[in-house]
Amino acid sequence: MIEVTHLTKRYGRTAAVDDLSFTVEKGQIYGFLGPNGAGKSTTMNILTGYIAPGAGEVRIAGHSILDEPEAARKCIGYLPEIPPVYPEMTVAEYLKFAAGLKKLPSGERARLIGEAMELTGITEVKNRLIRNLSKGYRQRTGLAQAILGFPEIIILDEPMVGLDPKQIIEIRELIKQLGEQHTVILSSHILSEISAICDHIMIIAHGRLVASDTPQNLLGMMRGAGAVELTVRGTETEVRRALEAIGGGISFTAHPSEHEENACEVSVKSDAEGDLREQLFYLFAGAGLPILRMQNAHASLEEVFLELTEEVHYDDDL
Amino acid sequence: MTTIYRKEVRGYLTSMIGYVFIAFLLVVSGIYFTAYQLQGAYPYFSYTLQAMLFVFLVAVPVLTMRILAEERRQRTDQLLLTSPVAVTGIVLGKYLALVTIFLIPVAVIMLYPLIAARFGTIGYAETYTALFGFFLLGCSFLAIGLYVSSVTESQVIAAVLTFLALFVCYVIEGIASFFPETSEGSFYILIAAVLVIAVLIYLILGNVAVAVVFGVIAAAALVALYIADAAVYEGLIQKMLGVFDLTGHFSEFANGIFDVTGLVYYLSVTGVFLFLTVQSIQKRRWS
Repeated sequence: MIEVTHLTKRYGRTAAVDDLSFTVEKGQIYGFLGPNGAGKSTTMNILTGYIAPGAGEVRIAGHSILDEPEAARKCIGYLPEIPPVYPEMTVAEYLKFAAGLKKLPSGERARLIGEAMELTGITEVKNRLIRNLSKGYRQRTGLAQAILGFPEIIILDEPMVGLDPKQIIEIRELIKQLGEQHTVILSSHILSEISAICDHIMIIAHGRLVASDTPQNLLGMMRGAGAVELTVRGTETEVRRALEAIGGGISFTAHPSEHEENACEVSVKSDAEGDLREQLFYLFAGAGLPILRMQNAHASLEEVFLELTEEVHYDDDL
Repeated sequence: MTTIYRKEVRGYLTSMIGYVFIAFLLVVSGIYFTAYQLQGAYPYFSYTLQAMLFVFLVAVPVLTMRILAEERRQRTDQLLLTSPVAVTGIVLGKYLALVTIFLIPVAVIMLYPLIAARFGTIGYAETYTALFGFFLLGCSFLAIGLYVSSVTESQVIAAVLTFLALFVCYVIEGIASFFPETSEGSFYILIAAVLVIAVLIYLILGNVAVAVVFGVIAAAALVALYIADAAVYEGLIQKMLGVFDLTGHFSEFANGIFDVTGLVYYLSVTGVFLFLTVQSIQKRRWS
């Protein structure tokens, strides 16, 4: 669907995007993740043809963004970081204008605009001036513009910014729904957002792609650091004695719980791969120590993210 | 292109700016028409048009200042430039909208000679030729305003720069007369101009070799031409500055002559500035 090869863009001496290559497959949701200033917006602006790449090539559905810009842009719906709305227009006027720009067939425009407004939940404000709308509604108007006419590729730059928690859930559902038939790329610097909806995560730092994989695999990369966390009823000595009975192969910490009377917070880590939970269940059951809580505490995406973006930082100093 | 055209025309007609522009043109033309034709009983409407050319200095910047600068400031250019519309289409749509708004006061002004005709004999052909020239001049100015609006994201800067550009066009004839018309005088001034350009090249590119090579070649060409045929230099400065003399070309139309050179000139100026506008938008993509 999208092929990006050796994309580079420099502003003065600093590289905003540095030799970036990736491919985007049809019908999946991709997440661009990276700290602020990592080159996410620049990359998206290049993909949509707003700015030209300094070097490298971008092909959208087979069309080169430089040689056939109109054909390539026709496949894309784009919501930039700041929604490109005209304050002096009403929502309906704005979408009508966008439909004209996108050259949607004139017979279907009214229906497509209606659908886009319905999906983004802005039908009730359609006759209000955009000037008078809140940030969340402006954002949704911009989103309605991006999905208008259901282009094959939908690119959203930080779509959740400015939305309240209820709207975030709605928009998340909408993006998931769109992802069933369309290719969606969205960017964010907030991990929970990306991990909740994306099939594929691309982590960008300092203009370079540092990781590109499914959320599960990215977590897997850090599985070694995983541990099991438990709250066990019993004194610290009882718990320690029970765990020591396992023998080697594990390391653990245990200390009295601050939240519960007569209980211990325990963290157990296996040196080898494999799930400790069942073993721990029978162990504590056998020792007569009830388990109050147990969960896998494998590394969060935050940790993966920090580790990956840190590494690149050191490279850069060379 | 039609989508952008319609949006711009609507935008002007639903906001103050379009009406301010139209009203300003109509008020000024009304006052001059009343003074010259109705009160003074002067038969030539072209005289009125000639006298009120200064309206463009204020009216054109008012109309053109926001047309591209505002898109950039509120980031809506991202919508336009990522849509499947070519930049040429965007620029043409906007320009035609400007011309359409300008046509409204021009259409009203077309009625003035008819009013005047009630009180005497009017040479319609001459009068409407003059008005056509007035329209062409306005179209060229609008193209300049559109271009200036494309190089900045501030409406104020766009308005001031447009005013300055139009003002230079307006007074260039006077400026040209500061320079000597003799071949010797023109020759020295051109040599000085070459030196200035060479210094500018050095300052901009920071490359001594290019500046020196340019200076030497250009100066040598000027000297060679001077030796071969000194007469070429007679009044040359005036001719060169005459290229920017937009209002000067209007006087032929004002005399009632359908001046084809003038027509070609105005269309070329318009074409050049529309082209420059497209280039200035494209250039931003690459910077």
